[in-house]
Amino acid sequence: MAKIVAGLGSSHVPSIGPAYDTKRFDEPDWKPLFDGYKSVKQWLREEIKPDVVVFVYNDHGSDFALDRVPTFAIGVRDEYQQADEGFGLRPLPAVKGHADLSWFIAKELIYDEFDMTICQEMRVDHGLMVPLPLLFSHEPDWDIKVVPVLVNVVQHPLPTAQRCYRLGASIRKAIEAYPEDLKVAIIGTGGMSHQLHGERFGHLNTEFDTQWLDLLERDPGRLAGMTHREIMEAAGAEAVELIMWLVMRGAMTSKVLRTHRNYYAPMTTGMGLIAMVDAA
Amino acid sequence: MRETKPGELSDWGIQGTYVFDHTRSRIGYGLNKLCYSLTDPKNRERYMQDEAGYMARFGLSDQQKAAILQRDWLTLMKNCGGNVYYVYKLAATVGSGLYQMGAQMRGQTYEQFLQTRNAKGAR
Repeated sequence: MAKIVAGLGSSHVPSIGPAYDTKRFDEPDWKPLFDGYKSVKQWLREEIKPDVVVFVYNDHGSDFALDRVPTFAIGVRDEYQQADEGFGLRPLPAVKGHADLSWFIAKELIYDEFDMTICQEMRVDHGLMVPLPLLFSHEPDWDIKVVPVLVNVVQHPLPTAQRCYRLGASIRKAIEAYPEDLKVAIIGTGGMSHQLHGERFGHLNTEFDTQWLDLLERDPGRLAGMTHREIMEAAGAEAVELIMWLVMRGAMTSKVLRTHRNYYAPMTTGMGLIAMVDAA
Repeated sequence: MRETKPGELSDWGIQGTYVFDHTRSRIGYGLNKLCYSLTDPKNRERYMQDEAGYMARFGLSDQQKAAILQRDWLTLMKNCGGNVYYVYKLAATVGSGLYQMGAQMRGQTYEQFLQTRNAKGAR
């Protein structure tokens, strides 16, 4: 049977992409960010050894337009190309999918009353492409397969935080029902505090982000009770992406062992990273 | 939040914030569609060759067209239904970065904006 072996939360700030591609790892203003990922990448590779990662992220108008906006969607292919976000592609191989597991999760979720949009053709943007190489190896090719799960956090009305949390629990049930022995990690991405539009552009709230990381570990139900407005008021309109971290958290046991945590807010976004495993 | 009248833009009561909800997505549909089309490099070339001609295909309002030509990012998002993730593709096509966009929306120069950041080398 498949099982969940790790849960991760990570920002997916697009500016990290070019900094990673040009190897600016040791520059003083980037080092605190990249150092945070190094130990987690090593931990995943040497201790956790996942076969697949369920990758919860959002598209940023890069592949999904506003003609149809799925609230929750899942990719079901064996390969995903990068989306061009308006300035070309990054030098990274195509992402490997796991179509069998994707289709299985899609079916289980829908029968569990989470009505996913099933995508046989989709490209992935920085929401996925930024964290993926920070956590997994791609030389010469990816050492991980991906099941992409998308959440609409762009066009309101968005799914509630509570709904995202429950989706995580449903994903866990699906994974545990999968007949093949697979080690599955799950990651929720986005945020943390940031606002990218209006006169409030650049709004940061380190205190909020710190508390979010604390509560995500110890009392996620409190975060799941937050409204979009409460998150946006405190942490910026685009910080509402954080509801995707609750999908991951909902897939873990109520008590967890937190293994890693990093936070850095150099420019316009709180860049957080947290890793955890089920408490025995 | 009170219900908006048809055609009225919502105000969520968060200062300097224009939440991308149905009121903005409805009036911004053509604008965001234009921006989305710029994910294709061929369309970026076409756009730069004939901006007015390219815009004409998307049924934009005069206010939307004027705000695009003026690179008035704040008006595009506040009044014209532009969503930041889409509008950013237009900005990138015409040579503006996200932080330049942001500085303008804050009413600052790029240098002034950078001075407000914790570690401006991380860009």
